[in-house]
Amino acid sequence: MSEAILPQDRKRCRLMVVLGDVFSRPSGAIGLTLILGHLILALVSPYISPFDYKAMNSGAMLSGPDQVNWLGTDHLGRDVFSRTIQGGRVAILVTGIATPLAVFWGGLVGIFFGLVGGRVDEVLMRVVDAFLSLPWILKMLVLIVTFGTKVEVLIPTLAFFYGIPVIRIARAATHDVVARDFVAAARARGHGMFSIMRRELLPNVLDTLMVEGAMRWSWMLLAFSSLSFLGFGVSPPTPDWGLMIADARGFMTFAPIGVLAPVIALSSLIIGINLSADALAKGLGVDRAMKAPI
Amino acid sequence: MLRMFLRRTLLGLATVAIVSVIIFAGIELLPGDACTAFLEREAKGQVLENCREELGLNRPALTRYLEWAGNAMRGDFGMSANGQESIAGLVGARLGNSLLLAVCALMIGVPLAIILGLFAGLRRDRPIDLIISTGAIFAMTIPEFVSATVLILVFSAWLGWLPGIVLTAAEAPVREFFPEILLPMIVLSMVMTAHILRMVRSSVIEVMNSDYIQMATLKGVGYGRIVFLHALPNALLPAINVVALTIAWLLGGVVVVEVVFNFPGMGRMMIDAISDRDLPVVQALALIIASAYVLVNLSADLLTMFANPRLRTLYTRG
Repeated sequence: MSEAILPQDRKRCRLMVVLGDVFSRPSGAIGLTLILGHLILALVSPYISPFDYKAMNSGAMLSGPDQVNWLGTDHLGRDVFSRTIQGGRVAILVTGIATPLAVFWGGLVGIFFGLVGGRVDEVLMRVVDAFLSLPWILKMLVLIVTFGTKVEVLIPTLAFFYGIPVIRIARAATHDVVARDFVAAARARGHGMFSIMRRELLPNVLDTLMVEGAMRWSWMLLAFSSLSFLGFGVSPPTPDWGLMIADARGFMTFAPIGVLAPVIALSSLIIGINLSADALAKGLGVDRAMKAPI
Repeated sequence: MLRMFLRRTLLGLATVAIVSVIIFAGIELLPGDACTAFLEREAKGQVLENCREELGLNRPALTRYLEWAGNAMRGDFGMSANGQESIAGLVGARLGNSLLLAVCALMIGVPLAIILGLFAGLRRDRPIDLIISTGAIFAMTIPEFVSATVLILVFSAWLGWLPGIVLTAAEAPVREFFPEILLPMIVLSMVMTAHILRMVRSSVIEVMNSDYIQMATLKGVGYGRIVFLHALPNALLPAINVVALTIAWLLGGVVVVEVVFNFPGMGRMMIDAISDRDLPVVQALALIIASAYVLVNLSADLLTMFANPRLRTLYTRG
């Protein structure tokens, strides 16, 4: 099942082995291609877009696709094609930074409490449960409404709240290995807590954390675009898929392409991430279906 | 058994207590209070002081927390920030509407998920499984506002079959919500079905590979009998928890769907309250949703315990 962790592979870079394994599955290959395409597009789109994303043309509002505006224009006469190809930049930047942060802090805290165990662990889990019982959108909106919708606010907010479920996952995975002999042996050798976490627990929890990270990325993207759809994400005129869908919704009877273009762009990235996450989970032997929807 | 039951219930209560502290402390730590929100930002000095005096915001936080939590336990959430309406009255009708939406979505979602999950699990890695599984990934990962928008475009704008927006007032009787409730219901049940389906599929696969199913096959028990009498009851057991989590998600996560369809439920009320900085309403909604989440999960845990003889004996000894 998991050829990726056979001994002879140890010498090669682990990340490359895992990526190679994901790529060898059809769903993984499609998924990684979609992600890669979106990353490249996000990097080069400012240089290749035919129009400025905020240039308004009052003469051509809600026009259909033609030779000049390939996907038509929106209600302010802005070019839909240029806005769509640049619409993922903020989302990818924010979630791309917040996801590793969330997995890092959540994983660290989870492994630590999994190792410590006992009363402290029991109390922490109640606090984690309490946090999880609040709807994500409420927690996030309260912070965002207070501190503004700037990127510097969105990144830590997303990283903080999305790290909390990771604590739970990392702790559960740590519990599975913490009672094993090699941990006891490391304790007997006199290794410190940090050393046990890094050298004995982390390698065993890493698979779960990687799958969790891939899933968190997709949930976070969903959260980010939902926030900007509701008007609490990036501020106009910055192009963002969620915001574009919200704006174009009112005119979708006349100009359906203005809704469909960002819908396809956003969906293809999210599906790409999930197909890759699925292939990764299968490759590493972590059952993804057992995960909760939140 | 009884001890386990009590233990779980106490843990659930403890969680609700912690949530109430988090909610209260969270709102407390944020800059601004009910008075600054009510009097707009320019209010300063004496006016602000008078307002705080009047609402009792000058008392220590602990006193106010105890008063708030005590009243909340009796179902009294105080007044909304503008001081006109009682929150309990405002929430009542909207809670009912959200429940209506949730129940409708569940009634479609759960049976559909079980049937599709069973199919996919029994035909593992065959074309039908690939179609169902890939469809499930699509349905559970596409943001709700995206699927909602596409459905409105197709069924409302192009085909004109269903109304794309809910215009019924919050207090209207149930029957007036049809057929407006159909599209939001479809969007929600799509996501739910996908989550439950994946769970059912993987547990069907696990159960069908187990020794007792092989034993039954070797004994010559018919396929239908094996699937429906031997495998399915066991395969559905782990799904109870996923259904519970989905219900909890329905109560709080439907915000986006309610906003898209203009549905007068708790989610939209929450967004409005946050935008208006109506902190008492935000606190009350947060507490209600969190308690519902804990309650649903607790019931699922207990139900699983009662339904599974192995867990029953395990917990009696433990």
